[in-house]
Parts: sequence; C-alpha cells; structure tokens
Amino acid sequence: MSEVKKPKNVREPLFHLAKRDNLSGKKALLIRLSAIAVGILITCIFGFLIVGWTPLDILQTLIDGTFGTSNRRWDLMEKTAILLCISLAVTPAFRMRFWNIGAEGQTLVACLVSGACMLKIGDKVPNPLLLLIMLVASVAAGALWALIPAIFKAFWNTNETLFTLMMNYVAAQITSYYVYIWSVPKGSGHVGIINSTTKAGWLVSIGDKPYLLTILIVAVMTVISYIYLNHCKHGYEISVVGESEKTARYIGINVKKVILRTMIISGAICGLTGFLIVSGADHTFIKDSVGGLGFTAIMVSWLAKFNPLAMTFFAFLIAFLGKGSNEITTLTGLDSSFANIVTGLVIFCVIGCEFFINYTIRFRKKETPAAEKPVAPAKTDEPEAETETTEKEAQS
Amino acid sequence: MSAVPAIELKGITKTFGDVIANQDIDLSVYRGEILSILGENGSGKTTLMNMISGIYYPDSGHIFIDGEEVLIRSPKDAFQYKIGMIHQHFKLIDVFTATENIVLGLTDGRYDLAAYEKRVQEICDRYGFNLDPKKKIYDMSVSEKQTVEIIKVLFRGADILILDEPTAVLTPQETDRLFDVLRHMRDDGKAIIIITHKLHEVLSLSDRVSVLCKGRYVGTVVTKETDEMKLTEMMVGAKVDLNIHRSDPVNPTPRLIVNGLNCKNEDGIPVLKNISFTAMSGEILGIAGIAGSGQRELLESIAGLQQLESGEISYMNPASGETEDLRNKSPRRIRELGVRLSFVPEDRLGMGLVGNMGIIDNMMLRSYETGRGFFLNRTAPASLADQIISDLQVVTPDAKTPVRRLSGGNVQKVLVGREIASAPTVLMVAYPVRGLDINSSFTIYRLLNEQKEKGVSVIFVGEDLDVLIELCDRILVLSSGSISGIVDPRSTADEKSLKEQIGLLMTKKVEDAPATAANVKAAEAAEAVEAPETGKEETERE
Amino acid sequence: MIIFSFIRRAVMQGVPLLYGSTGEIITEKSGHLNLGIPGIMYMGAIGGVIGGFFFEQTGADFSHWYIRVLAILIALFCSLFFSCLMGLLYCFLTVSLRANQNVTGLALTTFGVGVGNFFGGSLIKISHADVPTVTLTKTSSCFAKHLPFVDTVNKMAADNKCPKILAELCQTIFSYSTLAYLSIVIALIAAHVLMKTRVGLTLRAVGEDPATADAAGINVNRYKYVATCLGSMIAGLGGLYYIMDYASGVWSSDGFGDRGWLSVALVIFSLWRPNLAIIGSFLFGGLYIVHNYIGGLSMQAQELFKMSPYVMTLLVLIFVSIKEKKEALPPAHLGLNYFREER
Repeated sequence: MSEVKKPKNVREPLFHLAKRDNLSGKKALLIRLSAIAVGILITCIFGFLIVGWTPLDILQTLIDGTFGTSNRRWDLMEKTAILLCISLAVTPAFRMRFWNIGAEGQTLVACLVSGACMLKIGDKVPNPLLLLIMLVASVAAGALWALIPAIFKAFWNTNETLFTLMMNYVAAQITSYYVYIWSVPKGSGHVGIINSTTKAGWLVSIGDKPYLLTILIVAVMTVISYIYLNHCKHGYEISVVGESEKTARYIGINVKKVILRTMIISGAICGLTGFLIVSGADHTFIKDSVGGLGFTAIMVSWLAKFNPLAMTFFAFLIAFLGKGSNEITTLTGLDSSFANIVTGLVIFCVIGCEFFINYTIRFRKKETPAAEKPVAPAKTDEPEAETETTEKEAQS
Repeated sequence: MSAVPAIELKGITKTFGDVIANQDIDLSVYRGEILSILGENGSGKTTLMNMISGIYYPDSGHIFIDGEEVLIRSPKDAFQYKIGMIHQHFKLIDVFTATENIVLGLTDGRYDLAAYEKRVQEICDRYGFNLDPKKKIYDMSVSEKQTVEIIKVLFRGADILILDEPTAVLTPQETDRLFDVLRHMRDDGKAIIIITHKLHEVLSLSDRVSVLCKGRYVGTVVTKETDEMKLTEMMVGAKVDLNIHRSDPVNPTPRLIVNGLNCKNEDGIPVLKNISFTAMSGEILGIAGIAGSGQRELLESIAGLQQLESGEISYMNPASGETEDLRNKSPRRIRELGVRLSFVPEDRLGMGLVGNMGIIDNMMLRSYETGRGFFLNRTAPASLADQIISDLQVVTPDAKTPVRRLSGGNVQKVLVGREIASAPTVLMVAYPVRGLDINSSFTIYRLLNEQKEKGVSVIFVGEDLDVLIELCDRILVLSSGSISGIVDPRSTADEKSLKEQIGLLMTKKVEDAPATAANVKAAEAAEAVEAPETGKEETERE
Repeated sequence: MIIFSFIRRAVMQGVPLLYGSTGEIITEKSGHLNLGIPGIMYMGAIGGVIGGFFFEQTGADFSHWYIRVLAILIALFCSLFFSCLMGLLYCFLTVSLRANQNVTGLALTTFGVGVGNFFGGSLIKISHADVPTVTLTKTSSCFAKHLPFVDTVNKMAADNKCPKILAELCQTIFSYSTLAYLSIVIALIAAHVLMKTRVGLTLRAVGEDPATADAAGINVNRYKYVATCLGSMIAGLGGLYYIMDYASGVWSSDGFGDRGWLSVALVIFSLWRPNLAIIGSFLFGGLYIVHNYIGGLSMQAQELFKMSPYVMTLLVLIFVSIKEKKEALPPAHLGLNYFREER
C-alpha cells in the first residue's frame, strides 16, 4: 500500500507548540531566574540610554538604595510585607479560579474604616481596645467588600473580574468622600496624620524598630496561608473547586459555599493589610493609600504560582526594584515613575518565560513514520473514544 | 443511481498507536442513494468517515471520487470534492443566528445577510427543513441546531453528505422529519452516508447497509433483502471467548432498589423513563445499551448528582438493616447516612479525579473530611496511594506526580483503586476499560470480581457485549432511557444468540407504558425476544 | 445658557473615554480582556507628546500650513506607534505565549502609566532642552482647530445679528476638534464593521468560541493580533486627544487620571456596542463634571458624584447577568486563551 502519494505530514506545519509538564522544578526555577536577570539587564540598558550610567552603576545604585542604610532596609522590609500581605489575600481566590482583581478596593475600605476608628473613638477607649476594634472593623470591611461580588458570582455567575474592578473605584470615591468630610483643615482634601500627639490607634513598635510588628504579623500570615492552602480541608476544597467544578460536585462539595467562604477570607486578609497600612505605617488615609499595590499583588501571586512562600520572594523583588529605581531617579532628578517602568519590564520577562516552562516547540520531523505518532503527550490512549478524538483532530 | 460510485474506498487502514481502528475497508456509495454504516460503539465508523471528510489521513488505501483517485488531506480538500460531514457535536456559536453560523468562514462573495438569509430559506424550502434563518442558536432545540449544521454543509454546495449518528439527540418525531428531508435529498441526486447503530432506522431509511465490526468491514447488503436478525448477526460478530472468571453469587440479598425513576436533561428532554430494578449483593449487574441511552444519568441519579422528576432509590444498609432513601440527596449527605456507595464515572480526569493533583491528593477526594480537626491528614491517603501503586502495579514516577501525566490504564487503576478502598457496599463503574490495554482491562475485571465475592453489589456499565456476557450475573438493557429487558447471561447455552438478543434489545423501542416491576420481571423471564415494533416499520418501508 | 456649556464639557470629557472603550470593545470582541488599556492610553498620550516636543524643538515655523500638517502627522504617528507597540506586546504575551490576560494587562498598565509619567516628567532633562515645562502649545493649537464658521456665528451673535441661542447651539454641535469628531466616526465604523460585515462576524466568532471559528477555517490568532493592535491604537488616540486638545498640550503627572478604567467600565456599560458607547461616553463625561454645574455642592458630595459611572456600570453588569440576556453578556471566551491542542 505504498501508493499513497503524499505522506501525512504534508499538513503539519514547520513547527508547532505542545504542552509539556515534565519539566523538573530545578529547570523551571532556572528559567525564571534567568528571566529576572534578563529583565534587570534590559533595565540596565534602558537606564544607560536614558541617564547614561553604566550597568554596574545602575546595579550598585539599586542595591545601595535598598540596603544602603538601616532605615532603607526597614523600609524595604515593610514595603515587602505590605505587598506580600495583599498577595496572600488574593491567592485563595485565585486558587479557586476566581479572578478577584478587587484587592485594591478591599484594602482601601479597610484603610478607611481603620482611619475612621482612630478619628472617631481614638480618644474614647484605651489603646489596646482601640487597636482591637480597628482590627476587627477593618477585617470585616474588607470581607464585606469581597463578599458582594462573590454573592453575584455564586448565584448569577456575574463576571467577577469586571465586578471587582468596578468595586475598586467605588471604594476609592467613598474614601475620597470621607477624606473631604474629615479633612484638616476643612476642605483641604487631606486628613493629615491622625492622633499625632496621643498616638492612639498607632500600632506599637517593638523596641525602636517601627515596622517590626507589621513584618512579624505578615510573616505569621504567610505561614498560616501556606498551611491553610496546603494542609487544611478548606484549602483542599478550594483547589478542587478551582481545578474542576464537576469533580467538586462529584464528591459533594458545596461549590457556592466555598466561593463565598473563600472570598470572605480573601477580603479579610485585605482588611488586615488595610489595618497594617493605616495603623502600622501611614497613620492617615487618602484615596491612594493602597497606591496600586492591590494590582501589583495580583502579579506577585500569579508569578509565584499561588505559592505563599514563593510570593515572599516576588514581593521582595518588586519592592526591591521599586525602591532601588527610586534611588536612581532621586539621584538623577528624573521622574519617580521610573520604578513602574522597571517593574513592568521585569514582570514582562517573567510572564514571557512561563511559556518556556509550560510549552515546548516541536519542529517538524523529517521522517514520515515519525510524524504518525500523536504529538501531544497527554493523549496517549482512547482510540475508542471516537467523538473526543474527532474534536481534537478537527481543530488541527 | 449512476454507474460510477460517488465515493469509493478501497483497502482503507488506519491505526492509532497499536490500536487498529480500521482495517482494509472497502466501501462505495452512489449518487441518489442512502447508505447506512452500521456497527457497535468502537467499531470504527466515525474514524472511517473522518478519513473521507479530511480530519484523519489513512495509513494506506485509496479513495475514489466519481471514479478518480483523490487525496483528502484536510476538511478544505473534502469540501472541494463537495463532501460535507455533520458531526455529532455541533460547532455553532450560541449568540449568532442560523444564517450567521451558516456563512461563518466563507470568504467569497459580498457579505449580504439578507441575501444569505434568502438562500438559506431557499434551501429549507427545497428540502423541507423547518428553520427560521434569523433565529439565534441559543433559542433552538437540538434538532434545529442539527438542521443548521446540515444546511451549513448544503450551503457550501456539498453533494456527498455524511451524518454521524444524527438521531442520537432527536425525538422520534424529529427523527421522522429528518428522514423525510434525507429522502428528499436522495431524490435530488445527493449521495448520503448515515452512521448509526439503530437497526430500525437503518431499515426504514437506507437503500444499502454496510456493516463494520471491530474495525473490520463485514459486508454490504441491500436493505430490502435483509432483516434485523441478519443485520444483528453481522454487527455483533462471532462470540469471542475472553475467559473471564465468574463465580456464582453467594447469598444475594437486595441492596439497592430503584423504582420508577424519571429524569430530564437540561433541554427538558426525558433521559430516564420509568427505570425500575433491584441490584443484589454479591452480584455484578451489567448495564448494556447504545451510547447515550441514559446510562450516565442512571448512575449519576443513584450517586446524587442528578435532579430527579420522580421515582425512588432505596438502599438496604447491610450493617444496620435499615432502609435509606437516597433520592435527591447530595453525595455528601449520602455519605453521611452511612451509605458506602462508590462510583467510577465515565469521565475519569474531569470528574473522578483531579488531573493536576498527585495520587495522594486524589486519594483524599473521598476521605479528606474524615477526622475532626481543621487540618488534612495525608498519612492515610499516602499509605493508601502506596498500597494502590504496588497492588495494582500503577506505573508512576511517584505518588505526587499529577495523575494527568499517567497513561489511561494507570489513571483508571488509581480511580478504581480509590473507590474500592472505601470498602463499598455498592460499586458503580461506567465504561471502566474504555481505552485500556488488555492487561489493565483484566486487572479491572479481577478487581470487580473480588468485590463481588466480598458481597458488594457491583453495577457495571459496559459497551463490549462479550465482556458483559462473561462478567455479569445479570444484564439490564437500556434503550433510549427505558429498560428494554433484563437478560441472564448464563441462561442461554448458545452464547452467540445471547449476544444477538442483547443487540436487539438495545435498539428496541420501548412504549411509554409504565414499566412496572411486573413488566420488568416479564422481560427478565423472556428468553427469546421478538421485536414487533421495529418489524412493523420495516413493512411500512416496503 | 449653562446647559450648552455643560454639554460641551461633557462631550470633551467623553471623547477620550469613547476612544478607549471603542478600542477595548474591539479587543474584547476577539476574546481578550486587555486591562492594559489605561497604560496604553498613557502611551498614546506620551507618544504624541514626545513626537510633538521634538518637532517643536527643531524650531519649525508653525505659520506655514504644511508645517502644521506635519506637526499633526508626526504627533499622530508617534502616538499610534507607541500604542501599537503596547498592543503587540500584549498579543505576543497572551496570544503567542498564552500568558494570563489579567496579569499581563495589569503589568502593561503599570508599565504604560510609568512610561507616560516618566517621560512626561523627565523629557526636558533627558533631551537637555532649554524650556521650563513640557508645553506643546503650538502643536496643540493645530489639533484643537475647529470649524471656522463657529467663530463667525459667535461674532454675529455678539453683534446681535443672529439669535444667541443659535450661536450656542452652533457652538455645542460644531465647536470640537477633528479628533473629537473622529472618535464618533471611528465608533460608528466599528459598530458597523462588527455587526454588518464578514470581518465583524468572524471577529465575534473568535471571541465567542475560537474552537468553532478555527474549525470554520478562520485564522484565530491573526484575528486576535489585528483586533488587539487596532484596538490599542484607537485607545491610544484617546490619550492623544486628551493631551493635545483637552489639556492644551500641557503634560501633568497623572493628569489623565482614572479615565482608562472608566473606559473599561464604559465597555460593560455599553454592552460591547461601540454605537452605545458614544452615548455612554457623553453620559459618563457628564457625570464626571456634573458636580461643577450643581450649585452649592460640597467637595465631599462631588466625590460621590464621580462614583456614579462605576455604580451605574455595576448595576448594568448585575442586571445583565441576572437577566441572562445572551447578547448583552461578555463574549463567551473573554479572558480565556485559546490553545488548539487542549480543550
């Protein structure tokens, strides 16, 4: 039967992409690290073109700006902690494939509530009680803000990405509203440092390290998150719902309940972050209190593949890049937005490198018989499942 | 009928890896005729047709169109030869109108929807379709969607039409209407190939029948010169001895009593009609039927995954001796009642297992809730995973490798192993050996037999009649959502006729009369089964 | 005639939103949720600024008509080029490399806003130019040109030669720059192409169900690329309009504000229809500034007014999903990448 004139691979393109999942963890790590290196290299080239510094100078400034003094180191740690905390917050939802991009708003309402507590009852209750009230109120506010889209998602399948996105701006305007109401002096649009004399509602500092408590709280949260997601029944249910709702129903998980519960947790951690921002660092609140960290956190969580421990690294990386590039712009007198450019560039590189981890490029093989083998390693069986194979093939 | 066949296949062979899907197949169809391709599930019908429509390329063999040899390398090539295939699964865009779907992907001519709609209407009028060209797909019934698919092919000028099990999704009335249209098209000079495994349809519609069995070409007969018995004989083939060990049920007692089950799918079409049966302890109850006759819905109803219209599912708890009502209870609730029900679903990676999780985490799916605390206990699942890996010889790098990376046989071993590990009293398995090699298949048979010997009530949904006959103690036959009979595979000495008997039951039309327990009993007792309803249609056609 | 001036301001506020949402609608129709739109609009703006800035630095004489045309073309080209690059980057990451769309979009916004503010703030320092601020009055005046007879009618009204109301009406309809009218024309064309042409049908099919489109012989990836890049370029024009016309060529850091996100909201509000987006954009524009026209409104109340576009969008989103009206839902495959070999 050799008369078949053209072999099968006439319609096979020169190369094609196939999913791969056999890459060792070590190799994947290596690819990611090199992507970060490439990102920083691009930054250096960009910096060279703009300010005319050599890459070594730029690297030196990056490091000096972040580690140069004790203050800088503490500041870096605090920034890492806050970013990490929001990243921890969005992670449970993401593991469930619920694309919550509303962490910005969820954190902001918590900032607002924290600040409101400080303003309104700061002088009426003892400080420990005040802190407790602030904490509870912020957590509740964040949870509520996250619960609203979750309800609509669970019962009416409303697009959660767009919903949470809108909620961010509703939160921003409500905050802005109260900033004007409580602004000092009236109408200035600034609340100013709250309770600057009494320090009521200020998170206590351990020793002379102002941010130590914040950092410790976030460190504990990281460990708790890791355990919750990987070693608790809840975390397991989240993973199952995220992977396949059908399987979740098959084993009797109440999917709606898991969605609501997980979003409450997600929002609550945002609430905690809001509390830490206002009570632990800013002692005030404005519309921009969160300053886009809610969005950055989404990237951190995703880059870390939703693993809380890996998030620590990525949160640190982003905070490092931000602070380091600020140093460059301070020294050169350029606009501080340089930090955003650098962050963007490095993230692009890491996003791009995921491709090489998940996919492999297969070039067309020369020999005819080899081309007969099914290309995707995933479908090794099921010749009988006619319809399924048909559909897969129909697309090729 | 013209002298030269519209399509002629000679010696077509197609293999997937080691599995031969089609071997040395000859076939021809003429213009102005309807050819049925008959065969059981997995007999290679769809694969063969996919080679004509350009989705697969044959390993060897020749295809002739109007007497000239051609190469069909892609659906585009097929379209050039005016071949159009209507697949079982529709490829339509929900928010588009019929016409928009029909013209999607066309590149020639001016884009004028009104004119297109007119042309669609013309095609409808010409062949007697009933379709509003402006209707959106999401407003359509399944039969209307199918009409859109057929018109899509006709619109592109196809005159050789292949329909892959077009009646599987249709009601009897819709089927009749479709057949009228197909006859109309035949009279219009088109060549039509229809894939089916429903005998009465073959007899009422087609001019000739080609039969495939296990990937091989059995033969072609003129419809007028044949009857159901002859076709069944060709279709099921000779009995193959598998030598599956079967012991006699020990002390069977009723375990699961299903009574008058009715269930509708999302489209509101009844998928289970008056299903009543009793599953006994210590036996394997086989469920036979052509694909989509309600097997999945039946098992899912028992497992608590389907909303029922009516009916009862009672479980006799062997431990407490009490009867539990399982109807409309969630899987979790069923478990909480102390019902030890295990279920190996058809969709292994999409439902039974989580593909991205390792074996250990998949073991936990059933047991993660055990223990009082907040934390997961992975010790028991880990040892269970190790045990399954060694007992069932699962080939895997380790117990943490995502199961999606394992081969089909190993995935199934993991799933069946987990379901058996919970010491079930009822074990339901759906197509457990689909896609598995011989060794893995026999491992599964052995496991099922072990469970049976332990006194478990096993419900086995299968497609290979040889396996059903050798493995099961009773075989319940489903036909479009109803029970058409219950067969004792031991009762008949002549196994070949037993196979034909089941084959006929599978395609038998069951009247909507309530199938009471007595009815079922009668069917159970019946040895030789006549098929008066289908016979009737045959005479009408004459 | 406060109502006329309100409408005029509302329209001027609405134009950047209209550009942004028309671009985003085209992108989303191909199944890609591009959350980088705010960044892209910044890029469009800064592209125009950079082009215009260097052209003005050459000291070209703007009294010649061909210099003015050249100024427009250069700014336009730079703006389109910058935003197209962003679209390409987004496509490369999400279509070719199949990265997560939300993450890529957000990164793009971070990057785009960063680039915009950085160059806007540091252009002078980088180019060692001898000017105090980035103020492109000359280029801006080329863009802001409106129809000549509006002035004539105004003058006539001032001289009591024609009724005042007519002059106001004339100004409300005809007093905008070319880019403003262009935004409406583009939206109308986009609406027409999406609903009435083969290309539109195909594009919608790609966003609804790429597997079906693929089976129908459509090059899915090409459509995604073209739609996203085109969408980005249109959105970038919104930035250009803002800086050249609305802001009179003066760059201020973060001056563009949250208009990018407002554009994304407008997409939902207008149910993915560019023609509805025209009305929606003027409505949003009006809501954005209405507090200035309501007497005695406190500062805090103004902030609540600014919230209204988002709240309205939320209500539309909720209403549509509860009603399950299929045509009003987001494209079915929005946010999901397409890979032929997996289903």
